[in-house]
Amino acid sequence: MPEKKTFKITHNRKWCKNCGICVAVCPKKVFEIDRSDRHAIVNPQDCIGCQMCVEHCPDFALIVVEVKNE
Amino acid sequence: MRPDFLRCERLPNIWCPGCGNGIVLRALLEAIDQLQLDPDKVVLVSGIGCSSRAPAYTAFDNVHTLHGRAIPVATGIKMANPDLTVIVVTGDGDGSAIGGNHLIHAARRDVDITVVVFNNYNYGMTGGQASPLTPSSSITTTTPNGNLDRPFDLVKLAAGAGATYVARSGIYFTKHLVDHLKKAIAHDGFSLVDAVAQCPTYFGRFNKKGSAGQMVTSQKDWMVLKSVAEKKTPEELVGKTIIGEFVKIERHSPASAAAPKEQA
Repeated sequence: MPEKKTFKITHNRKWCKNCGICVAVCPKKVFEIDRSDRHAIVNPQDCIGCQMCVEHCPDFALIVVEVKNE
Repeated sequence: MRPDFLRCERLPNIWCPGCGNGIVLRALLEAIDQLQLDPDKVVLVSGIGCSSRAPAYTAFDNVHTLHGRAIPVATGIKMANPDLTVIVVTGDGDGSAIGGNHLIHAARRDVDITVVVFNNYNYGMTGGQASPLTPSSSITTTTPNGNLDRPFDLVKLAAGAGATYVARSGIYFTKHLVDHLKKAIAHDGFSLVDAVAQCPTYFGRFNKKGSAGQMVTSQKDWMVLKSVAEKKTPEELVGKTIIGEFVKIERHSPASAAAPKEQA
């Protein structure tokens, strides 16, 4: 069975406006808007690298890249 | 999207949290990247409005012109230097109301430019007034009891005026949007892409459309692909917006009409 791919999510807090679009479009519930209305990455291990959050981020604040395991 | 297409020192952008303009801008940059255009030969021209702030965040040459007058400036740039790829970034009010006459006449003349309409159904920058694309019975600042007028169908307007490439897409369908932006930019002749975005601050709040995330994902429910819509009855399509490619015809340029005379 192929090994599960891992992805590194880079979040630019200076550009993010905590709008919650990434929370709505993510199929794996990786993100959350926390109690203080701030963007939070809660389940980074579940990321499947579909790039939905990256393509729908209006503030260019997210980058998702695959981590190559040597 | 190449990160060097963005002017990072200008970011974060001025748009409200959850504004759809950033998503359309990313799709446009992605399309330019995938077409492998020379960044020095791309010019973005914009008018006034929320959407027209977009070129300022890109590393391409850009002109921020008068309200509604982006298309005449773009026509001038294209005529002065036909090697350039000229893209007009405009909003629904800027493009269809203030610059409405320029839009139809540029389509009639078949100028080789691409118009990308960031359609958020209202005038966002000035406080959410009704634009010519605001749907009937929608609430805006100037129509507090619901819009009495019918909206323009921008696709039919451009097609009727003689545009040779017309498409519509939504920001939820980013792959679809990038695909049609690529076809529009590569098209020889006047091309228009109606990119349906959202304004959660005004249009969404007045019409109780929910949060920005809900407005983005709800496009799945009220947008229908053209190929699917052709199999449905008109009753099933009430209240739906059809997305896809509507017009793609050969250019009817005056140059090709003049060519046989020279040979004879």
